[in-house]
Amino acid sequence: MQDLLNIFVKSIFIDNMVFAYFLGMCSYIAVSKTVKTSVGLGLAVVFVLGITVPVDYLMNEYLLKEGALSWLGAEFADVDLSFLSFIMFIAVIASMVQLVEMIVEKFSPALYASLGIFLPLIAVNCAILGGSLFMQEREYQSVAEATSFAIGSGIGWFLAIVGIAAIREKIKYSNVPGPLKGIGITFIITGLMGIAFMSFLGIKL
Amino acid sequence: MGDQIQQKESLFSAKNRRLITNAIGKDNPITVQVLGICSALAVTAKLEPAIVMSISVLFVLAMGNVVISLLRNTIPQRIRIIVQLVIIAALVILVDQVLKAYAYEVSKQLSVFVGLIITNCIIMGRFEAFAMANKPWPAFLDGIGNSLGYGMILVIVAFFRELLGSGTIFGWNVFEAIGLYDLGYKNNGLMILPPMALITVGIIIWVQRSRNPELIKD
Repeated sequence: MQDLLNIFVKSIFIDNMVFAYFLGMCSYIAVSKTVKTSVGLGLAVVFVLGITVPVDYLMNEYLLKEGALSWLGAEFADVDLSFLSFIMFIAVIASMVQLVEMIVEKFSPALYASLGIFLPLIAVNCAILGGSLFMQEREYQSVAEATSFAIGSGIGWFLAIVGIAAIREKIKYSNVPGPLKGIGITFIITGLMGIAFMSFLGIKL
Repeated sequence: MGDQIQQKESLFSAKNRRLITNAIGKDNPITVQVLGICSALAVTAKLEPAIVMSISVLFVLAMGNVVISLLRNTIPQRIRIIVQLVIIAALVILVDQVLKAYAYEVSKQLSVFVGLIITNCIIMGRFEAFAMANKPWPAFLDGIGNSLGYGMILVIVAFFRELLGSGTIFGWNVFEAIGLYDLGYKNNGLMILPPMALITVGIIIWVQRSRNPELIKD
């Protein structure tokens, strides 16, 4: 349990997807113009991550990694399908996003309308594929660890995008120099937020 | 019908050359189109991974653009994205395996970001915006142009981060060679850390838009 909590808090603050690893930056910058769309997209990312990472974990455990296929029979024990990971992960992500899109359209047409093109764009959001790839690289030991990492990362991304959206809404009334308006100042502010989040590096749980 | 009326364009006509020059400057994928940012920030702590990453993206984008352009009239509309993803994934798997075989150290440094070329918005972005509607040769040039634009930003950011952060270029210790350390200069450790990549790109955008005011938008 301690482990799970550790991973969870670490993924939100220390291994934050946006500030430490720059995942999901394109939609982060494009959607963060208002807080409302950011909250919607952030929640969608948490949800999609929470589903795809555990599924990809199981697929990795029992199908892809070296020796994974040994449950089929001893003769498969040294088959290493990990080179197929990219295609398999992306296939799972694309289908999950399609599912999320259908669910959101059914239960909240307003949110669906405001998110517009960005919902299908989550499929190519590097944060989602990055989540699965990091899960594979860090070799978590159980589905619970993978899920804890996924939800933590999603919440970290959510915090980042809502934070920058709130700031961008406020600086609309500030005197930003012409060339910096829009994405220039967003980059610099995100960098400063990143430096702020680094203060969490000293946390020990 | 339209193709027959069109004149045969020379391979390197002005229009084709502009495909490359535009993408490096006014239509730069990172600073103007705001695509491909994730990897641009993550792999630029040193010059070597940045250059390897740019070459990988160049291969995937140029080859992918040509393949999509050749297939553009046969891909059904509804499964367009899936077909594009499969093509990109296949090319990236190729690149990943080649890197693991011939440049293992760098591929370890790049870690998940080679795989993330699949979700690099530049590639899907150019497929949709250009390759789906143009012939193979212009598509190839567009791919080269955008990768060069991307690569240029990566190299600039990596150059400053490595030089100011570790005092080296490509691992060669520049500041030590010119004796700057003896004068009391210390490396700026902050430059190696992720946030400075963001701020460096912000400054590059600032410089570019100051020189080209027509790029300023809210």
